[in-house]
Amino acid sequence: MTLHTATRAFVSTLAVGIALTLGPTSARAGETFDQVKQRGMLHCGVSEGLPGFSNPDDKGNWKGLDVEFCRAVAAAIIGDASKVRFTPLSARQRFEVLRARDIDILSRNTTWTQSRDTALGFDFVGITFYDGQGFMVRREIKVMGVKQLDGATVCLNIGSSTELNLADYFRANRLKYTPVQFERSDEAFAAYVAGRCDAYTTDISGLVAQRSKLGDADAHVILPDVISKEPLGPVVRHGDAEWTDLARWTFYAMLNAEELGITAGNVDELKAKSQNPEVRRLLGVEGQFGKNLGLSEDWAFNIVKQVGNYGEVFDRNLGPASPLKLERGLNRLWTEGGLQYAPPVR
Amino acid sequence: MQRRWSDRRIKSVALQTVFLAAVVGLTAYAIDNIADNLRARGVGSGFDFLDATAGFKIGFLLIEYSELSSYGRAFVVGVLNTLLVSAIGIVLATALGFAIGLARLSSNWLVARLAGAYVEILRNLPLLLQIFFWYFAVLRALPGPRQSLELGGLGFLNNRGLYLTTPVPGEGGMLVLGAFVVVLVAGLVWWRRVRASGGNAPVGWYVAAAVVVVPVAVAFLAGFSMTWDRPALRGFNLAGGTALTPELIALVLSLSTYTAAFIAENVRGGVLAVARGQSEAAAALGLSRGQALRYVVVPQALRVILPPLASQFLNLTKNSSLAAAIAYPDLISVFAGTVLNQTGQAIEVIALVMAVYLTVSLTISAAVNLYNRRVTRA
Amino acid sequence: MIWVRKNLFSTPLNALFTVLSLTLIALMVPPALDWAVFEATWSGSNRQACAGRDGACWVFVKARFGTFMYGFYPDPERWRVDLAAIVGVALAAALIVPGTPRKGLIATAFVVVYPVLTYFLLLGGIFGLVPVETAKWGGLMLTLVVAAVGMAGSLPVGILLALGRRSSMPVVRGLCIAFIELWRGVPLITVLFMASVMLPLFLPGATDLDKLARALIGVTLFTGAYMAEVIRGGLQAVPRGQYEAAAALGLGYWSMMILIILPQALRAVVPGIVNTFIALLKDTTLVLVIGLLDLLGMIHAALADPNWLGFAAEGYVFAGVVFWVLCFGLSRLSLRIEAKVNADRRR
Repeated sequence: MTLHTATRAFVSTLAVGIALTLGPTSARAGETFDQVKQRGMLHCGVSEGLPGFSNPDDKGNWKGLDVEFCRAVAAAIIGDASKVRFTPLSARQRFEVLRARDIDILSRNTTWTQSRDTALGFDFVGITFYDGQGFMVRREIKVMGVKQLDGATVCLNIGSSTELNLADYFRANRLKYTPVQFERSDEAFAAYVAGRCDAYTTDISGLVAQRSKLGDADAHVILPDVISKEPLGPVVRHGDAEWTDLARWTFYAMLNAEELGITAGNVDELKAKSQNPEVRRLLGVEGQFGKNLGLSEDWAFNIVKQVGNYGEVFDRNLGPASPLKLERGLNRLWTEGGLQYAPPVR
Repeated sequence: MQRRWSDRRIKSVALQTVFLAAVVGLTAYAIDNIADNLRARGVGSGFDFLDATAGFKIGFLLIEYSELSSYGRAFVVGVLNTLLVSAIGIVLATALGFAIGLARLSSNWLVARLAGAYVEILRNLPLLLQIFFWYFAVLRALPGPRQSLELGGLGFLNNRGLYLTTPVPGEGGMLVLGAFVVVLVAGLVWWRRVRASGGNAPVGWYVAAAVVVVPVAVAFLAGFSMTWDRPALRGFNLAGGTALTPELIALVLSLSTYTAAFIAENVRGGVLAVARGQSEAAAALGLSRGQALRYVVVPQALRVILPPLASQFLNLTKNSSLAAAIAYPDLISVFAGTVLNQTGQAIEVIALVMAVYLTVSLTISAAVNLYNRRVTRA
Repeated sequence: MIWVRKNLFSTPLNALFTVLSLTLIALMVPPALDWAVFEATWSGSNRQACAGRDGACWVFVKARFGTFMYGFYPDPERWRVDLAAIVGVALAAALIVPGTPRKGLIATAFVVVYPVLTYFLLLGGIFGLVPVETAKWGGLMLTLVVAAVGMAGSLPVGILLALGRRSSMPVVRGLCIAFIELWRGVPLITVLFMASVMLPLFLPGATDLDKLARALIGVTLFTGAYMAEVIRGGLQAVPRGQYEAAAALGLGYWSMMILIILPQALRAVVPGIVNTFIALLKDTTLVLVIGLLDLLGMIHAALADPNWLGFAAEGYVFAGVVFWVLCFGLSRLSLRIEAKVNADRRR
């Protein structure tokens, strides 16, 4: 009798009153997919608060790009974008919570890196936002590029890859600096504004969001250099291919919809009248692409109808229709010179 | 009678056996589940990551550390920073707490009321908010590096920190330091022995003189030279000297003012617990109010004050874990923040952090208990 | 005039303290009032209302008040939270106000009926109430739920641990000491983190334990360990004669403890218990680290709304005032109970 079985026997004789219902021992393919379908509710992990990506509005509804991606997944699999339970997560706990199956998908501005994709046991669904690390400085110190920041004090926040990128870049360029690492970006930026640091660094989207706080935004400049690649995307557990496929094609459906000019406003009309075979395939009029994913044929229709295409989601959360007024930049479609490119539905 | 006693004895042993078995069983059950669950999640665990290169910098250091150091080294940096802020905080909180506690008992109406307001405001607000308040108050009060306040020859103060001119001993420096330590230790031992034997020779003055004179003499004989490392403006900021960051200053301020509010209450309670007759007797002996406090009331009150004081020290140490909020790189910030995020080894990291705090707490408890035993025996 | 001379300027040192104190007040109070009251913006519904003003923008707090209080609790259901709060306050008030008839009955209702009622009222799912899952709880409501459950749960845990620590059985005593010192020796942040991440690992794979429940277990055990030390002090204060008298009456261990010893011990340490409650209430702000959005968490989340970036000071001051009122109220309450206990003892 091994120690393992011995303990088990000991425990069962003790009758501690908790049933020994051991769960499955590995991530079975399709497990998450089945669970979500059966539950009729998607469990989605988001940030506790990141401007434009996830935050509650005045009425307590979650808003933001990361949030809307989860809504789109719910629209695809359940047919109702409101069937999402959002779990706010701190950066510290996000991976453990995903591992523990408390959530089905982690949509929390997480940078796609090799170690997270492999050693930590996750899969990245795609890149919903191309970001990069940048710097903000006061205009009065007349710094034009990051390389002029030798000896500077830099405010930033703990977590994600910001700290490592900063160290790498300054080391590679033989520059000295002093980091001041805060738990939260609000305090990091406030300290920079109060003069504690010469520069503030985070992802460009974060810089733009923080700058919109300022009454005298012109006194600060965002330097042109971008020192890192920050491909942000949703994360799922490794080993559940059906689920990964579904999440990935939800994103591709949003991109393809934008490319084909399908919006929440015209999707009904296009579904009824469009003669474009690509539009007809995406909206489930031709073929059985929903069935391939284990979904009904109106999966992509539901996504666009209830949430919108990628461009619409971007515009209202980060772009011109939001207070942030962020440039699309790399996140433009490939047809317009950006990097967003989705494989075809066929 | 004999029979009943053994009955109870058997019952007690049986009860304890069941209790122990239940605890062991539950623990084994939990461990068994952990093993299963970890296997199910397919993650490697262990402490191998401690040897890997950290790759990030830390802004405030007590020991050598660079981005090429290991995670293990970063852990040590975090531990030392936590110990530093706790130690300074404990000293200041005790001093301030005694002052405020006695001020609450002051005969000056305004002072007593202000001390009372201080206690009621500070101890009823979450510490995190107070830390933010102090940090941004400190930052706002201080000028930028180019307008640094010069503190005589001692150093500079600006919103990047307090930059102190630091002596750099040249040749023979270790010899002078050694002489200083030896004289100091020998002097203290002598002083205590004289005090214990009830003598009242001015030993304190002799010792103080020796502590100054002997090292200077040694310095002359050894041909000692010393230079000063003065902070100076270089590029963006001051460089050189010893720098204390605003984060450290604000954290120490908030931790000590907050804890002082609790200590003040303990002190007040302790002083009030000393019978009224004691201070009246002291007054009758012709002692002033201050003398009465110092020689009669406080020593007696100390017995009541000490045990809760120990808990306050523990609380302060544990509360220093809020440091990350204002960028002081303590253990939680460096190790349970950055390292945890980089490695994803949440369970190992948190377990190590808990072990450190537990060790520190038990050490403080033990130290105060020891002191307590000596005070109550005297 | 005499009063001033006697109380403020009796000695030169006293006069100096008085002058210093007055200067301190003069330096701190007017700017704070300017910011918070005279220069502040009170009316409006968006950030534009506050443009160009130096003072506080209370519009932010006004617009966000609903989420600060109830979190994500659905609007039409918020009366349930209000009802639970009103009933709780009413029962507690009835218990505190002297001369209320049938205190025993009210106390039973408070301790037994009220928690059950609140549980179903907040969670819903029966009596035709719409279910509101705990993921939607937040704001001050969540703060109070965590604090209340922690308070209610820590008392029995603390009593058992304190009795265990004073037990004559070495195994029981040793394990209780180890448990108490373990929990008292680590910061609540790490306890909460372990509770949220590790607790599921201790349980069989398929067990699905609510995120809030995990935090509550962590908070309760943590506070229970502190409570145990407070109650131990009370147990030590009960005179030996009481134990001997109870034993002479032929009472067994539990009847002796429940009928004779504990009532005296608990009464002696009411201030300590309330202080532990106050500490717990302030510590609830830490549930933020495991992504539970309590009052402070909702304020942080509101600060991430692109429409409300940059009103951190207003949010923190609001949180400060709310916490201060609650904690100060509790400490006043403790003083009242203490005075009453002392009066009873003298009688």
